[in-house]
Amino acid sequence: MNFMASKQPENFLLGPESDSQRTLYPYVTGTSVVALKYKDGILMAADMGGSYGSTLRYKNVERMKPIGKHSLLGASGEISDFQEILRYLDDLILYDNMWDDGNSLGPKEVHNYLTRLMYNRRNKFNPLWNSLVLGGVKKGEKYLGTVSMIGVNFEDNHVATGFGNHLARPILRQEWHENLSFEDGVKLLEKCMRVLLYRDRSAINKLQIAKITEEGVTISQPYSLKTYWEFSAFANPAQGAVGTW
Amino acid sequence: MDLNMDLNAPHSMGTTIIGVTYNGGVVLGADSRTSTGMYVANRASDKITQLTDNVYVCRSGSAADSQLVSDYVRYFLHQHTIQLGQPATVKVAANLIRLLSYSNKNMLETGLIVGGWDKYEGGKIYGIPLGGTLIEQPFAIGGSGSSYLYGFFDQAWKEGMTKDEAEQLVVKAVSLAIARDGASGGVVRTVVINSEGVTRNFYPGDKLQLWHEELEPQNSLLDILNSPSPEPMNI
Repeated sequence: MNFMASKQPENFLLGPESDSQRTLYPYVTGTSVVALKYKDGILMAADMGGSYGSTLRYKNVERMKPIGKHSLLGASGEISDFQEILRYLDDLILYDNMWDDGNSLGPKEVHNYLTRLMYNRRNKFNPLWNSLVLGGVKKGEKYLGTVSMIGVNFEDNHVATGFGNHLARPILRQEWHENLSFEDGVKLLEKCMRVLLYRDRSAINKLQIAKITEEGVTISQPYSLKTYWEFSAFANPAQGAVGTW
Repeated sequence: MDLNMDLNAPHSMGTTIIGVTYNGGVVLGADSRTSTGMYVANRASDKITQLTDNVYVCRSGSAADSQLVSDYVRYFLHQHTIQLGQPATVKVAANLIRLLSYSNKNMLETGLIVGGWDKYEGGKIYGIPLGGTLIEQPFAIGGSGSSYLYGFFDQAWKEGMTKDEAEQLVVKAVSLAIARDGASGGVVRTVVINSEGVTRNFYPGDKLQLWHEELEPQNSLLDILNSPSPEPMNI
């Protein structure tokens, strides 16, 4: 084991790290989460990878979890911070249940709580290093929102985190429409996830799709997507341009 | 906002540590090298530390940090056992380690593998890497030497091994990592934990299998020259 110097930053602009709490950088991270509204509720997809820098270290991480009766939370970013957020939410839901008054926190309220949580940590320069997607249905009303580690939050018909912002959202903007069926919703999410698999280095081919409707939450078993490599230009890249690198 | 925000892989941690579940319990394994820079401060350290009668932890990273965390958790678990009136579960031990690792994530540099046996869940392994993520796994690898073992375990790991298969796998893996990682070396120590109790084993460095480009150790060149071997000395 290394008797290294304590984890001091290598420049002199930051003071000793023991003075105040501030998160410096994430260690074990999850990549994109993609979600959309469909006819009966929300569909959300995330792979099961936990990366450690460039190593694809953990391949069985569940990055989507049900919250209470009406919500589903998906997270990208630092997994330990996501685990801590789940603990906060456990307390929140427990407190809500203990009122025993027939009312329960809906997705809009949970999203608001998360927004306050993330933004207040950001203001203390000690963020929870996550981008969150919160979806749910309560009394027929579908809700889909997102919060980032700096507290940026909004709701929309389809959202994505991380690489998904760049690769999935353009697809969703083009192909999403109101009242998608379950099958069409799943196919659309799979189209997004396949592109992410091709183009995101931290993506792995093992994902789950979660559904939340008025009836409740279902998270699928882990599965893998087929990929296509059979373009002739892939087999013979130099055919149309002899001498190319 | 660029100062230290590079999301590169965290710096490597000297050591190879492994925890593997098998049908009946767990096997923990580790090398024995503690280094101060390039110097090997201790060539026979024991990186598998007891937390309770039935739960042990493999330590990697900063020696000081991992020792402190282990000591605190051992202390908490001791009190917890008294209050509970029965042995603590592996899950509780792992969560206490997580609590300390997560709440002090800015200052600690230690990756831990908690392994043990309890009557409720049987043999369990929990990995707690840098940052304080808690992750239950059928097997876990850690430390700088583990980089060389991802491919090996992808191929060699099987569900439902016997105790001996699991222990042989662990010894082989630590030995392979020692062969390639400068920060790992010395002996291989293993700890087997199951319903019957705990067994410690010791595999000295010179008794391990030889790998690629490694030679059988000799007492002296003179023995080779004097032996009636058909190979003459080549200069």
